[in-house]
Amino acid sequence: MSNGEQILPSPRTAQGRGSPATRSILALALPCLLLSTKVASAETPLDYLITHGARADSIAHLAWFSTAVSVLVILIVTALLLVGMFRRRDLPPPALPGLAAIARPQDGISWIYVGVGITTVVLLITTFWTFATLARTGPQPGPAAVRLLITGHQWWWEVRYLADTPSDEFTTANEIHIPVGKVVEVKLRGDDVIHSFWVPKLAGKTDMIPGQENQTWLQADREGVYRGQCGEYCGQQHAHMAFEVVASSADDFEQWRQQQLQSAPPLSGAALQQGEMLFDSRCGICHRVRGTTAGGIVGPDLTHIMSRRAIGAATLPNNRGNLAAWIADPQHTKPGNLMPRLDLSGPQLTLIRQYVETLK
Amino acid sequence: MTATEYDRAPRVAVRDYASPLAEKLNALWETKPGVIGWLSSVDHKEIGLRYIVTSFIFLIVGGIEALIFRLQITQPNETLLTPEQYNELFTMHGATMILWYAFPILTGFSVFLQPLVIGTRDMAMPRLNAFTYWLFLFSGIYLYVGFAIGEAPNDGWFNYVPYASRPFNPGLNIDFYALSNILLGISTTLGSLNFVVTLLHMRAPGMSINRLPILSWGTLTISVGNLFAMPSVTLAFFLLWMDRQFATHFYRPPTGQPLLWQHLFWMWGHPWVYVIVLPAISMVSEALPILCRRPLVGYTAVALATVLTMVLGFGVWLHHMFATGLPGLALSFFSAVSILIVIPSAVSAFAWLGTIWTGRPVFNTAFLFFAGFIVVFVIGGVSGFMTGSVPVDWQLTDTYFVVAHIHYVLIGWNLFPVMGASYFWFPKMFGKLLDERLGRWNFWFMFVGFNVGFFPMHISGLLGMPRRIYTFPEGMGLDTINLITTIGSYVFAVGFLLFIINVVLSLRHGQDAGPNPWDAATLEWTTPSPPPPYNFVVLPTLATRTPLWETRLRESPYHSDLGKGFPLDHGKEALATTTLDAQPEAILRMPEDSLMPLLLALALTALFAGLIVKLWWLVIASLVVGLIFQLIWLWPRAKLAERRP
Amino acid sequence: MTIVTISRDDLPIGSVTSRTVGWWSMIAAIITEASLFAYLLFAYYYFAVQRRGEMWPAEMPTFKLAAPNTVILLVSSVAVWFGERGGHEGVRWKQTAGMGIGFVLGVIFVTIQVFEWKAKSFSLNSGPYGSIFFVVTGFHMGHVVLGLIMLLPLTLWSALGYFGPGRDAPISIGAIYWHFVDAVWLVVFFSLYITPYLGLRHG
Ligand code: HEA
Ligand code: HEA
Ligand code: HEC
Ligand code: CUA
Ligand SMILES: [Cu+2]
Repeated sequence: MSNGEQILPSPRTAQGRGSPATRSILALALPCLLLSTKVASAETPLDYLITHGARADSIAHLAWFSTAVSVLVILIVTALLLVGMFRRRDLPPPALPGLAAIARPQDGISWIYVGVGITTVVLLITTFWTFATLARTGPQPGPAAVRLLITGHQWWWEVRYLADTPSDEFTTANEIHIPVGKVVEVKLRGDDVIHSFWVPKLAGKTDMIPGQENQTWLQADREGVYRGQCGEYCGQQHAHMAFEVVASSADDFEQWRQQQLQSAPPLSGAALQQGEMLFDSRCGICHRVRGTTAGGIVGPDLTHIMSRRAIGAATLPNNRGNLAAWIADPQHTKPGNLMPRLDLSGPQLTLIRQYVETLK
Repeated sequence: MTATEYDRAPRVAVRDYASPLAEKLNALWETKPGVIGWLSSVDHKEIGLRYIVTSFIFLIVGGIEALIFRLQITQPNETLLTPEQYNELFTMHGATMILWYAFPILTGFSVFLQPLVIGTRDMAMPRLNAFTYWLFLFSGIYLYVGFAIGEAPNDGWFNYVPYASRPFNPGLNIDFYALSNILLGISTTLGSLNFVVTLLHMRAPGMSINRLPILSWGTLTISVGNLFAMPSVTLAFFLLWMDRQFATHFYRPPTGQPLLWQHLFWMWGHPWVYVIVLPAISMVSEALPILCRRPLVGYTAVALATVLTMVLGFGVWLHHMFATGLPGLALSFFSAVSILIVIPSAVSAFAWLGTIWTGRPVFNTAFLFFAGFIVVFVIGGVSGFMTGSVPVDWQLTDTYFVVAHIHYVLIGWNLFPVMGASYFWFPKMFGKLLDERLGRWNFWFMFVGFNVGFFPMHISGLLGMPRRIYTFPEGMGLDTINLITTIGSYVFAVGFLLFIINVVLSLRHGQDAGPNPWDAATLEWTTPSPPPPYNFVVLPTLATRTPLWETRLRESPYHSDLGKGFPLDHGKEALATTTLDAQPEAILRMPEDSLMPLLLALALTALFAGLIVKLWWLVIASLVVGLIFQLIWLWPRAKLAERRP
Repeated sequence: MTIVTISRDDLPIGSVTSRTVGWWSMIAAIITEASLFAYLLFAYYYFAVQRRGEMWPAEMPTFKLAAPNTVILLVSSVAVWFGERGGHEGVRWKQTAGMGIGFVLGVIFVTIQVFEWKAKSFSLNSGPYGSIFFVVTGFHMGHVVLGLIMLLPLTLWSALGYFGPGRDAPISIGAIYWHFVDAVWLVVFFSLYITPYLGLRHG
């Protein structure tokens, strides 16, 4: 990943929320985090302790609680251990190699009673909280405003917007738009191997398993771009199987949807038409551009590729340089991915790139 | 030896390791010199040490793999390794560590120690014991042959299908993993069987089940657990191999069921993680009290907790599958059990704390490792407690948080006790003490390196770093953390290197240990160090759990008899006792050294080699040869009183 | 202070009838083998539940060969039991005949099973049901063959008069294994042949 390419940094991640109480637990829980100002100030787009949707929020509360319990347990046990080791005793500590007299003081067993007693109470609380959170976050609350069918491929995401009328359905890839504050239903499938759908700030993981359809749901409570990531090892490019969720107002979302429903516009100019023909013959077996004869389904739908923020499953920002580089040699940035290097000549590359750039 | 007898009232002799009796026993039990003698030895001490050394070598190999791939994820967008190389390295690392290091090392300690601890002369089936060692060794070599020829497994240690099935993984990579695993599984199962029989059938007279040292409870529990758990993974890998070889329809969609793999794997996998720690924490429960100069607090509670952990361990496998879209009821149930399984661990934790608090600890290296262990035990445990809660796990699963958890439990609960145990029992094994000063350095490097290296993984996990990624982008807030992690791992590795140096130096120049350097309480410390081939010149008789302390503790009116007992010197003999009360039941004739275990293991390995290269004649030939060896092995011998002449 | 003493009765030497090392190992081995079949049948039931109607072959299981074969295996167990009694009593012919008949019946079972396999309309790789059916029955067959490999030398050794009263541990141990193989067959038979009629096929 040399020569100046950038792996997509997260864009404007919505600012962290979290109550003062949560903040102070953070201070307690992750001293290392705060000590390292560099870490604390960095953007952490996949961090799920600071969340932005009803579903992830309730999980985060439970996570904070169990983190706090855990940290307390660690601190208490360590303290007990240290005091137990170094506390003053009636007799001096034995010298090596341990020739102190043997004794069986009688008060040992109460350690087990008290310790296990307290532990059990904490565990029961956690169990019930878990049940409550599960009930709140598992089933989808009410009807969905948007329904998606997402299919995991090695190593990209096919996204189909479902609708009651077929003409309202369309397919895109690697970037999901959702209206803010609404429940989004997501059906999940795996095409080849198992992947896992994960948008840390909005919801936990649900696997995408071939031969099985899983369901999950999302809700974003504030506008922003949220990073998603494949959460199950799926082969060579598991690392570069990310996507983005763009949560916007209902109006913006509707506008986006209308635009995505369009087919590719007719082209003017010989160069573009030549580019389209080239695309059709070289790329069309794998990629689809609605409104043209390019109808492949092996790779992502490219009808509106230029409306997307990134290419290569949120690996590279979508700009001219990266696009050209990707088309010229997709194996360079994402070695092993299933789009082969096509060995295009310089002029062919330009023609194709110019054509692709019309796919807004 | 005269003509075969069928009954005898054994005579009683006095314990004296310098008597003619001792010499006679030595002649009977000693391994013959020379290469053939070495290859045919069935002495449990010899085999135990081989297990330990081999496992440590696997630890080093797996550790070096980690140190290499850590460099690739030290900073963003690194290109030191290709994705495929990275994937093979982390898979080999995980598999080597969990399967070829973590369990065999404990087997090694158990094989060496158990017969001594329970006061007998060898394992119940010494030749089987040798066989399981050879098979373990060959299965590891088998796996690494794949690595050497560039066909290493590449699907993570739990090897999920469909990525592991032929269409997505056409090479031999997965076949090497599957077949070596089956081979290892056979070894593990037979080894466990041997422990069950030994511990239930050969304890010293008077060592009734409630006097079984806590050390043996760990081994006994996991051996029984293995009998139930092992077939699951062996079957899982066998079916995978069938899918790959003969196009059966177990796992591959649309007709197969990818989740069937996960069920079969984790039905073994979760019990397994307890299998690879219970003997280790039993070593702590055994040795820590001795260094605190008092008996363990709550022996019965800890023994029961050990068993309970194993039992509950069979009821939580679904917590590795929380994100696979299972029904809510199953999630709730398995989540609750995963949280409540903390209780037996809490019993042990508080028993140790109570022991330290009410005892008077000796601050030597072994103690430091055990005390350090308690800290990392709790850190590793509570991260499991967090993932045990379903909704939280939906976020945590498959992130570095889980990587942190597994290293805190695997290194924390397995390697730290093993280190402590090495310092503790090394004098018994070799008659020399390990150097204490180097020991301090050893401990501090490992303890600090470990926490610096692995604690930050919790944080990178909470910040959303997925596991098994060969690289990560900039701008995710992960750069510094990964740098720290790598540095810590190297410090940790240096610590382990110091241990090796210490072993080498102490073997040469170490201080003589004497039979009982720690003034410990149990039977292994009544023998000379290192113990003679026959272990006990006369078999001891027990009246309490702590025979060497009972006079000083003055708790029981009855006293063990360590000064005289059965010499059983009419040939290689050992005593069988009843299961619960350990009353003498029979005199066992033990087999001589034999090349058969090695030959049979070779035949079996040849069979598996035939399977991978599809040389069917080799498969059949090794099968036939193996069966012939079997028959020779089991032929009833009059000399062993297995038959009337 | 009392020092404990060991009782010094006569102790048998080597392998005695039961509770010998070999006997214990066989019990342990049977535990693990039984688990193996439990996991195999788990796979079967898992498929049956997950894939409902889709998994099954067109035809229902038939009993034409399987039922008599089950009886044969049961009878072989009786024969082996008979041989074992002979061993206890020290009657050599009884012992040899029991083991020998058990062996022969086992061979017949295997032969019939091969015909049963041939008669199936599905194969190992025609679909999940075929895979499961052949692997489960194949595993069982493997165990029968292993049992036969034990019975054959046991018959031979019996005929050679190796064993007598109090010295017949290998006979008892081999017999337990054979009974186990038999018991497993009953469970396999129930699962593969009977449950489809009990409604498993329709969920
Ligand atoms: C070596 C062994 C080992 C041990 C001992 C454990 C112990 C535990 N493990 Fe762990 N586990 C692994 C090895 C182990 N684990 C491995 C290898 C994996 C990953 C596999 C993979 O994906 O590669 C894994 C993964 C794993 C997961 C799945 C994570 C995921 O993939 O999403 C879960 C989920 O529940 C879990 C839970 C637990 C629990 C609850 C315990 C408990 O037994 C811990 C109990 C102990 C304590 C809690 C400490 C002592 C207690 C006290 C001091 C009392 C006070 C405590 C409280 C009040 C909390 N483990
Ligand atoms: C007992 C088990 C065990 C042990 C000891 C370790 C030890 C280490 N592990 Fe391992 N690890 C696992 C079990 C273990 N691991 C498992 C099961 C996985 C999951 C795999 C999977 O996902 O499938 C895993 C995964 C795993 C990952 C995640 C990979 C990924 O998901 O992408 C990482 C990342 O940092 C890692 C790092 C390390 C490091 C740095 C060490 C260090 O502690 C290593 C330290 C080194 C040594 C102990 C060797 C000593 C070296 C010397 C003595 C030097 C001698 C050298 C010369 C002479 C040249 N491990
Ligand atoms: C053999 C199939 C194949 C051919 C031919 C092919 N592609 Fe691709 N393409 C893919 C696959 C598969 C991906 C997804 C790669 C990934 O991200 O892992 C992809 C991804 C892309 C992307 C990024 C899409 C996104 O949303 O991230 C672009 C742009 C693209 N291809 C353009 C082209 C062009 C232009 C051509 C022809 C010159 C072409 N492809 C030829 C298979 C192909
Ligand atoms: Cu897709 Cu990982
Ligand atoms: Cu688990």
